[in-house]
Amino acid sequence: MTQPRGHLTALEDEAIFVLREVVATRARPVLLFSAGKDSIILLHLALKAFRPSRLPLAIMHVDTGHNFPEVLAFRDARLAEIGEPLVVASVQQSIDDGRAIEETGPRASRNRLQSVTLLDAIARHKYDAAFGGARRDEDRARAKERIISLRDDLGGWDPKNQRPELWEIYNTHVRGGEHLRVFPLSNWTELDVWEYVRRERLEVPSIYFTHSREVFSRDGLLYAASPAVPRLPSETPFTAQVRFRTVGDMTCTGAIRSSAATLDDVLRETATATVTERGATRADDKIGEAAMEDRKREGYF
Amino acid sequence: MSTEVAPEPHLRALRCATAGSVDDGKSTLLGRLLLDAKAIMTDQLEHLDEASRRRGFARTDLALLTDGLRAEREQGITIDVAWRYFATPARRFVLADAPGHVQYTRNMVTAASRADVAIVLVDVRHGLVEQTRRHLFVTRLLGVNSIAVVVNKMDQVGYAYDVFARVREDISTYLAALPLPGPAPSVAFFPVSALVGDNVVDRSAATPWYDGPTLLSHLEGLDVEERGADAPARFAVQWVIRPQNETHPDYRGYAGRVLSGVLRRGDAIKAWPSGVASTISRLETFDGDVESVGHGAAITVHLADDLDVGRGDLLSVDGQPPPTLAREIEADLAWVHASQAKVGVPYLLKHGTREVRAVLAAIVHVYDVATGARAAPGAGGLAMNGIARVELRTAEAIPVDTFAERRQTGSFLLIDPASGATLAAGMVR
Ligand SMILES: Nc1nc2c(ncn2[C@@H]2O[C@H](COP(=O)(O)OP(=O)(O)O)[C@@H](O)[C@H]2O)c(=O)[nH]1
Repeated sequence: MTQPRGHLTALEDEAIFVLREVVATRARPVLLFSAGKDSIILLHLALKAFRPSRLPLAIMHVDTGHNFPEVLAFRDARLAEIGEPLVVASVQQSIDDGRAIEETGPRASRNRLQSVTLLDAIARHKYDAAFGGARRDEDRARAKERIISLRDDLGGWDPKNQRPELWEIYNTHVRGGEHLRVFPLSNWTELDVWEYVRRERLEVPSIYFTHSREVFSRDGLLYAASPAVPRLPSETPFTAQVRFRTVGDMTCTGAIRSSAATLDDVLRETATATVTERGATRADDKIGEAAMEDRKREGYF
Repeated sequence: MSTEVAPEPHLRALRCATAGSVDDGKSTLLGRLLLDAKAIMTDQLEHLDEASRRRGFARTDLALLTDGLRAEREQGITIDVAWRYFATPARRFVLADAPGHVQYTRNMVTAASRADVAIVLVDVRHGLVEQTRRHLFVTRLLGVNSIAVVVNKMDQVGYAYDVFARVREDISTYLAALPLPGPAPSVAFFPVSALVGDNVVDRSAATPWYDGPTLLSHLEGLDVEERGADAPARFAVQWVIRPQNETHPDYRGYAGRVLSGVLRRGDAIKAWPSGVASTISRLETFDGDVESVGHGAAITVHLADDLDVGRGDLLSVDGQPPPTLAREIEADLAWVHASQAKVGVPYLLKHGTREVRAVLAAIVHVYDVATGARAAPGAGGLAMNGIARVELRTAEAIPVDTFAERRQTGSFLLIDPASGATLAAGMVR
């Protein structure tokens, strides 16, 4: 008797199938790698889909210039380990080139500028499919996203005009200038992600686990005290035991107080969490009811 | 902390498609399921409270939880399929929430195409209305094996048994009369008030005449594992792995997915559409070789012989029913695009991982989606949200099964070669 496929294995099968469908039918696929837990899994699944050959896709990081140093070190080590090259698209470069305008003031963030850098890089490298690690459980706008989502020649997303996704037959056609955003982890939840990290014994950056850090409090979230994040006079830094649930740009990624030191600790914390991943940690989604939808329409991940 | 870390769930998530007419209470039901199953996080609840207050609602509107896009929230309707995830100690769930408007029947097709179970809502005061007929028809057309009918707003009829029983009778009669192939689905009925919470997650004291399970415990217990092991094996080749490096000079692996049945090392196979024969020499995964592998698996197959096998090919195992090689295909089409279907025009047909050119040879009849009745194609032909029996002619033969036998190899898409748009969902009859 062959056992029925378990929950994580079924998610893995689906993601590998999607990766192969897109790579087989698109000329220039790219995998967006931020060294966060979702993209770590994505890269791992790409290895499962295509080894023992070299990966038939590019790997790109959109670097805001305000990333956690631990995460960048992890990124480089991981790529060296698998022997694949990395393309870096730099938000600083977009600012220097006058393509993007830096926000100013204490709440300035480069999060939104990433869309410009990403779309420029997609156009420059003529990528026609970009894999991202976004999950539908993250946000209300993401909940409507297809696994394979068409972007127009301006990189925009029109949620009212999406291709229906039927069975598991994927339509990967694009016209000149259009590209696909592909989300093989669409059906994963945060808990699935951590369970998979444990099952596959994947390394993740140290900041996902508890550590002592200089932080300051803003709008009920804790932010890393760093020159990249300007503080108001009233925002005094202090030391706390924290960890991060997501590892985005420092200016908009908050930490949570946690003593979770191991994967099992993190899993327990995730299983009993009472606040969503983005709600706990992302200032960018607190701005309005439709913050994510607006960024997606502009070409965000 | 002494909480145990639970092991990976044994079963894959249960995929539910939800359907109902506008105002039947679908969003409220989903909110209720998520709330009572404690799958709503506090920041989402706060958001809900605030959004409800801003709209001047007296009470927290659970529907706002599932209406994701701004246009939807502003107009107070649901436009597109939304995917929700929640878990109970017994099971994980994926809810595909398909909006109820007439013009969005295609969303119902989308949601139903991936569903293990369809949750169909009716307002007990209105009973079996046209929109419900459509949902039930689409559910049956798409071969969903299990239907849960939620008879909602029971509080509005004083929880009267006879009103519930009449709705149940009407729906059963309608379903039984639908002229569609395939096994009859199993259907369960639930007397519910989504607003109050009766029989959704918690049993209701208001329906002493009902001794069945609550909706949630029914879903938790639903057995939908396909009896994969006895089904004929089908494997779709997606990509040929050829590293051509020093460590793997002669490596040639067929990366793809087991669409149905089981593959075993040593199986004699045929590759379609060419029909060439070989033997499975290895079943390789990233984590090592395996002796056999079941339905759903993404793996790499190695064959004993050097053959011309490539992307788009379908493997079957000797001694089991092979697929039918066909150039003329009779099918039901659900048209999901704003353009009109045109007889004689070339389309692209995607079946499994293969794309071939195909023309629509004839529209045999259209279905009245609200009654299931067949009618001659009128002047309107086949357009958005229409469903019809058609004949297609492909440029090359493709290996198909009927949809009733196997939905993985009995289904296909029609794609517009010029725009790349998905035009129709097809089911081989
Ligand atoms: N009395 C009563 N009202 C309900 C029930 N379920 C939903 N409603 C109300 O019916 C209206 C439409 O519900 P909604 O969930 O938005 O419907 P949808 O359009 O199907 O998503 C709202 O005013 C709900 O409060 C119920 O079980 N009983």
